[in-house]
Amino acid sequence: MPLMRLDGVSKRFGGLEALREVSFALHVGQIMALIGPNGAGKTTLFNCVAGADRPSAGQVFFRGEDVTGRPAHAMCRAGLARTFQHSRLFDDLTVLENVIVGRHCRTYAGLAAAFLRLPRHGREERESREQAMHALTRVGLADRAQDEAGSLPLGERHLLEIARGLATEPVLLLLDEPAAGLNDEETANLGHCVRRIRDDGVTILLVEHDMTFVMDISDQVVVLDYGRKIADGPPLMIQADPEVIRAYLGEDLE
Amino acid sequence: MSTPVGFWNRNWGFITLAVVALAMPLLVADAYLLSILAFMATRFMVVIGLSLLLGQAGQISLGHAAFVAIGAYGSALLVTRLSMNPWLAMVVAAVLAAGVAGVIGIPTLKLKGHYLAMATLGFGEIVFILLVQLKGLTRGTDGITGIPPLTLGSLDFSQPRLYHVLVWLVALIVFRLALNLSESRVGRSLKALRRSELAAESLGVNASWRKLQVFMISAVFASLAGSFDAHYVQFISPDSYGITFSVILVCSVVIGGFRSVWGALWGTLATVILPEVIKRIHEDAVNLVFGILLILIVVLLPVKSGPLARVAHDVRCLFHREERG
Amino acid sequence: MTGQQFLQYIFSGITNGSIYALTALGFTLVYNATGIINFAQGELVMLGGLSAIGLYRAGLPLPLAFVGALIIVLIVAVMFEQLAIRPLMAKGVLAQVIATVGASLALRTAAMMIWGREALPLPPFSGDTPIRVLGASLTPQTLWVVGTTIVIVLALQFFYKRTLTGKAVRACAVNPLAARLMGVSYASVVLLSFAVSGVISAAGGAMVAPISFMSYSSGALLGLKGFAAATLGGLGNPLAAVFGGLTLGILEGLAVGLVSSGYKDAIAFVILLLVLFVRPQGLFGGRVVERE
Repeated sequence: MPLMRLDGVSKRFGGLEALREVSFALHVGQIMALIGPNGAGKTTLFNCVAGADRPSAGQVFFRGEDVTGRPAHAMCRAGLARTFQHSRLFDDLTVLENVIVGRHCRTYAGLAAAFLRLPRHGREERESREQAMHALTRVGLADRAQDEAGSLPLGERHLLEIARGLATEPVLLLLDEPAAGLNDEETANLGHCVRRIRDDGVTILLVEHDMTFVMDISDQVVVLDYGRKIADGPPLMIQADPEVIRAYLGEDLE
Repeated sequence: MSTPVGFWNRNWGFITLAVVALAMPLLVADAYLLSILAFMATRFMVVIGLSLLLGQAGQISLGHAAFVAIGAYGSALLVTRLSMNPWLAMVVAAVLAAGVAGVIGIPTLKLKGHYLAMATLGFGEIVFILLVQLKGLTRGTDGITGIPPLTLGSLDFSQPRLYHVLVWLVALIVFRLALNLSESRVGRSLKALRRSELAAESLGVNASWRKLQVFMISAVFASLAGSFDAHYVQFISPDSYGITFSVILVCSVVIGGFRSVWGALWGTLATVILPEVIKRIHEDAVNLVFGILLILIVVLLPVKSGPLARVAHDVRCLFHREERG
Repeated sequence: MTGQQFLQYIFSGITNGSIYALTALGFTLVYNATGIINFAQGELVMLGGLSAIGLYRAGLPLPLAFVGALIIVLIVAVMFEQLAIRPLMAKGVLAQVIATVGASLALRTAAMMIWGREALPLPPFSGDTPIRVLGASLTPQTLWVVGTTIVIVLALQFFYKRTLTGKAVRACAVNPLAARLMGVSYASVVLLSFAVSGVISAAGGAMVAPISFMSYSSGALLGLKGFAAATLGGLGNPLAAVFGGLTLGILEGLAVGLVSSGYKDAIAFVILLLVLFVRPQGLFGGRVVERE
């Protein structure tokens, strides 16, 4: 059984069809890349899958359940984490605090515990802190824990978003253009990090423009063009696919 | 964690405030000053709630005077008409305020920014109109007189010094609760959703529910404050609960700063003391100054250095607009 | 209610509704250009009314006082835009709400300091001999209000649909970046919108002063009703704003007849809350209101 399956997912904004009946399956332990020219509908697809947006038609299955149209916080609880194309860090909080927010869906202290500082809240807080530090270690940011998130360079901001996602204990991690704006060294570092996370048992779906990175890292590639899926397969096959080449003709491969 | 030194280091601010606030009756003899201090305590409660809502969660209410009115009129009516125990009446009014906040909040907190502001402004105006028009119940603009002071056993809280201790004790408890909340998992989720609702949601924060919770909490704090005021002054009329009061409350939070609930204290001090000073210069200019302050604070704050820099930085982070994605 | 009374309430509804429509237009113009809800919009209406009254009392003939009021509010609106709105464009909804709320408090208090607390009258523009229409009476001032509103709406339509500048303003509303790329100066469009919205609001305030008096505190209520009207029609659509204003005015007029005049003011807010709860995009609005 695939970890996630999309079945004819479409999304319309007014008259614009951003996604047209996209279907594919994502299996446990894979790194899958979603590519396509600008405006192909990649981020829209992410939003539909992660609960930030509701598909106009079609279904999304996650871990065997129909999760179509579930809100983002429920998807997070179900084991899906994501990063954003333009990073949405909490800039004036510390790096550690950013990641602790990621523990929200795995902790339970409610109003009463918060108001009264019940012992169980204290325990949970300590645990959250440890888990968050662990997530930071996994992406190599442990020594920046006390810095303000806004002070990080771009490469580390991407890593911090990943750490924040990891803190939610996901089984599936969605990365929206994680390599955008990174230099070669940072990109290589990111690649190692992503592979390590996959080796720890987290399945990965990423949107990326950096083709070298995509072809190097992914097991399977899905290509979107004008909201339609035009190809789906291993990197080598995709590189040779005539329709993919046609879609990218005249487009910058960056 | 539990050493006395560690405890002091974490709580010295709160302990100092508590000692100073509770010792005031020993230091102050002037009756006018004492009444201002007691009034400050209830104002503080309202501003604390609004600070959680506006400062921590980033949601603006322009109708908070209405929740204060619900507390005041709820207490007054339940006690004078139904002879209910004042303490029980206070709780009933607070529950009512929370319920009303829920009804207003469920649809509007889903909408962004100015819609909540307008809806709460409209709600505040409706409550005001009802207070004036439901003459059979509220006696309209004449107001309700003869509200009995609070008592507890043999303690009579109409006595200014005793009342001062009571009302500040309650305010301090409310403040402690709010501080605890802001430093908790719940508080962190509020801070997160204020900065980016999308990111907070993606990390498991149910933003609408959280906003609703904090809106209801702030309504309860406001209602409590209204109840205490009503019993202390023993007279209430609609005039005290208009739009201007709501705006002054917002002003208190903005002046105090959004970064921490402590801002509620600074904001309360400023909006209670400043009018006393301005009044001496020009009787009517108080609200003019507050209005201009509101604009100045949000417009001019990018200060490069100096003592304001930190505040400026807070506000900048706070108001940094997210790109629409 | 007799047919005569009914007609009377409708007339008064249309008169007030015209003022709400003008206020709603003011909201809409600013919102379309900037995405900002100007919480001081009602204060501009009040300022228009009180300025006209002040100038008239200072001895100016009525038409000059009217024009003078427009100029005064125009200056205030432009200054407000330059000093407060411009620096806030990039700062997000919360800062904009707070600043415009601050402006409304400041303007209201300033008006109280200048003109006092009393509600002041202005003589009607052309006498007060009522005209009989089907048994109901119609004051000439009502005709002024409705007539001027129609002229303003037509002029705006012409401006937006036929002139180059108007088209530029609309382009900005749809896509500021694209408009900028086409060489339309966004800054001047915002300034223009504030100026026009100020003049329209002032005209509304000056015209209604002879009917319902004007005091420093009238602005808050007028502003909220204007916003209720704009929301009812669908925020961002000028014609819908006018429709919303007239609808609100007529509903209010009928409510006075059916319930009691004390609750007249509550109607707008009940409608506002209902619209926000049930259909936040308004009757004719297509704009998304849930934005981050």
